Amino acid sequence: MQVSTSPVKRFLRCTFATPAGWLARVAFCIVAAASGLAAAGDWIPLAKDGIHDPKSQAVKLLQDPGEALSKLTPDTAGNQVLWVEALKKGEIKPREKLFAKTEIRKLDRDSILDIKGGMPAVRFPHGRHTEWLDCINCHDKVFSTTPGETKISMLKILEGEQCGICHGAVSFPLTECTRCHSIPRPGQIVPVLPPGANPRMHQPAAQEP
Amino acid sequence: MLRRCFLILLLIGVAIVSLLGMAEEASAEYADVVINRNAEKAGMRPVIFPHWFHRIRFRCKVCHAELGFKMRAGSNLITMADIIDGRFCGACHNGEIAWSPENCDLCHSGRRGLQSGIMGGHETGGPGRW
Repeated sequence: MQVSTSPVKRFLRCTFATPAGWLARVAFCIVAAASGLAAAGDWIPLAKDGIHDPKSQAVKLLQDPGEALSKLTPDTAGNQVLWVEALKKGEIKPREKLFAKTEIRKLDRDSILDIKGGMPAVRFPHGRHTEWLDCINCHDKVFSTTPGETKISMLKILEGEQCGICHGAVSFPLTECTRCHSIPRPGQIVPVLPPGANPRMHQPAAQEP
Repeated sequence: MLRRCFLILLLIGVAIVSLLGMAEEASAEYADVVINRNAEKAGMRPVIFPHWFHRIRFRCKVCHAELGFKMRAGSNLITMADIIDGRFCGACHNGEIAWSPENCDLCHSGRRGLQSGIMGGHETGGPGRW
C-alpha cells in the first residue's frame, strides 16, 4: 500500500520535475534571498542611498554604513545599532571632548515621570544620556531642572520637540514606545512582540511584497 | 496543469516584485543631515553629514555642547569662512583630526536639488520644524 503524501509535497515534486519547475525554483530563491537580506540588516551603500551623488568621488572614498555598523550590537530600529550598548561594551570609543578645559559632567540618576493616561510610566535614565550629552543640551531651555515644571506631551515629542529633538531624529525612534514607557502600573503588562514576529515589519526596507 | 502554471507565474511575479523592492528601498541612513542652505547657491553640491559615522568617534556633546551646533537641523548657519577659521566642522576638519577643508567633494557629496533637513527612517514626522 502506498503511503499517502501531503498535497504540498505532491505539488513540489510535480512542479519541480518539469522545465517550468526550474523557473519556479529560481523565482523561489530570489524571493528567499530578498526576504533574507531585508532581515539581516539592510544598510544601503552610499552610492545607492538616494542622497549622495553617485558621480561624486566621495561615494568611492567614504565608508559605507554597513561596513561600520554591522560590527556593533544590533538593534531593530534607527541605525540598527544599540548605541548605548555599543558604548558600554567598548565596541566604540567616542571622544568626550576636544578642549582640555571642558568639564565632563555626568549624572547617574533615574527620573520617573508618572504620566496621565494608560501607558506605563516613563523612566528617564540620566546616566545613559549624560554618557553622550552635556547638561546644557536639555537644561534649562528644553526641560526645567525642577521636577514636574515642564509639561511633557507626546504630541510635542512627535512634532520633534522635547524628547523628539533627538528621539525620532538620531537616537532610537518613537516607534519604540516601551523603551521609555517601561514601568508598568499595578496589574499592567508591558506589551511584548509575539515570538517570531518581525520587529521591523513596519519599516520600508523590511516590507514583504 | 492550469493551476500549476498559475502558481509558477505567481511565484515569478512575487520574485519580480521583491527585486523591484530591493532596488527601490534606497533611502538615506537614519539621521543623515542634508546641509544645503548655501552650498548649491554657491555652485557646490549639498553637504551630507552622517551622524552614524561621527558618533562612532565623538559623543554628541562634542559638537552639540563644545562646538555650539544647535540641535535643530537647519538652525546653524555654517559658512566656509567659519570652517577655515576652525569653527563648527573646522574644529576637527583641519587636516589634523580629520581631513582639511580643501577636500571639498568629500563633504559636498549630495545630489543637487536636495532640501536641507534630517533624513533617514524616522517614522514620526519629527523633527520637521526648523
